[in-house]
Amino acid sequence: MRSAAAAIIRKDLRLELRTWETLPAMAIFAVVCFVLFHFALDRETVEGDLAAGVLWMTLLFAAVLAINRLFVAEREQGGFDGFLMAPVDRFSLFLAKATVLLVFLVALEAIAVPAFVVLLLGPGPGQALPELLGVLLLADLGIAVVGTLVGALAVQTRARDLIVPLLALPLMIPVVIAAAQATAPLLLEGGAEPLVGRWLIVLALYDVVFGLLAFALFDFLLED
Amino acid sequence: MRPTFGRGLKTLSIASAVILTAAFAMVFFYAPNDADQGFIQKIFYLHVPLAIVALCGFVAGGIYGLKHLRSGDRAHDLRSYVAIHQALILGVGALATGSIWARAAWGHWWVWDEPTLVSFLIVFLLFACYQPLRFSIEDPERQARYAAVFAVVGGAFVPLNFMAVRLAESLTHPRVLSTTGGAMPGSMRITFLLSLVAMAILFITLCKYELSAKSTRIQLRGMRRRLAGEDDGLALGRSAAPQQV
Repeated sequence: MRSAAAAIIRKDLRLELRTWETLPAMAIFAVVCFVLFHFALDRETVEGDLAAGVLWMTLLFAAVLAINRLFVAEREQGGFDGFLMAPVDRFSLFLAKATVLLVFLVALEAIAVPAFVVLLLGPGPGQALPELLGVLLLADLGIAVVGTLVGALAVQTRARDLIVPLLALPLMIPVVIAAAQATAPLLLEGGAEPLVGRWLIVLALYDVVFGLLAFALFDFLLED
Repeated sequence: MRPTFGRGLKTLSIASAVILTAAFAMVFFYAPNDADQGFIQKIFYLHVPLAIVALCGFVAGGIYGLKHLRSGDRAHDLRSYVAIHQALILGVGALATGSIWARAAWGHWWVWDEPTLVSFLIVFLLFACYQPLRFSIEDPERQARYAAVFAVVGGAFVPLNFMAVRLAESLTHPRVLSTTGGAMPGSMRITFLLSLVAMAILFITLCKYELSAKSTRIQLRGMRRRLAGEDDGLALGRSAAPQQV
């Protein structure tokens, strides 16, 4: 299972490195979002819960772009058929795609978070950076798991671009609640306040529950 | 052997009519007016059972979805579809009555600091995507399978979502007014329990009606197709509802 997953991850990352189809679009979209928020909110800088909200909405919408494209090559160029013929565990496809989505999200944040700090954030992230990275990683894991599940569900429908945000956004409301609540005290004007541990627990619980669900259900999305 | 969905429909219909009437009679003539909120509080006997039964309907849709995935039985797909469909209808009622209650009790049509109402809205919005998802998949076998996966995910999402929303709200607003809390006097509790039972029986009756109507329509179409010959132009129209049992 591990080698099959590794092969798919290598394939997807190589594809991205050669075509640059997804990541630049996500990054540009995120920066455009920050500019839009600047004008829509009419603020020079944001801080606290407003900053957390702007950051998470932007990351979530950018993630939807990647989820839309996640399985397109598999569907349009017969990748699903090839994968189903190969004598490997079907869950390895999920594992690989979730990892690729996680890599995309981390890469996106490597660009979008510094851009956010420069463009909009009032206080510097300063000493709260390790906590912020922890929250980002836990939330990314949840978005990757749910996003891969929704992407696989939506790619076989006729209205893929419509179904992905429709299904993914309500499912990710708990992620937004926990991530935004956890991030808000880290971005306060008067210096960061300590992280509330229970939001990390909610995020971790979400990751585990949907990971198990995906493990149980993903096979049914491939059967033909 | 086709499943017979229509069995016991008459008894159920009479039972739900009688129990619903009894429950409403108790709401208006037996249960006392609430000391704080007065008469408007009586919408509670309609709103809370609607919401509880709708949530149970969503979870039941998930359970039937799981059964369909395990057995491949199309009847379970139909049950899952009908449970979610009826729960959505009750959900509209729950949101409307909740909104009316909020307006009367707090002066606003919608309040964000009532975690149960907010969680219910989120679950409702998620399951509102069930029909578009089904409608956008043409192959009936795949439609059933994918819808079942979605129903299972949604069913598991219900408790997780309630926990997250409640945590978020309790941080800023301590819960003062407990809607289902234990401090109800006996007469109110009995009335509430009867309303809940009445709503559950109404839900089951409505589900059975839809199940038998849908399966009859499917059988009728099958017969028509056989009469017209297999390769005749009576193609299956595209539909969100299951097309086979």
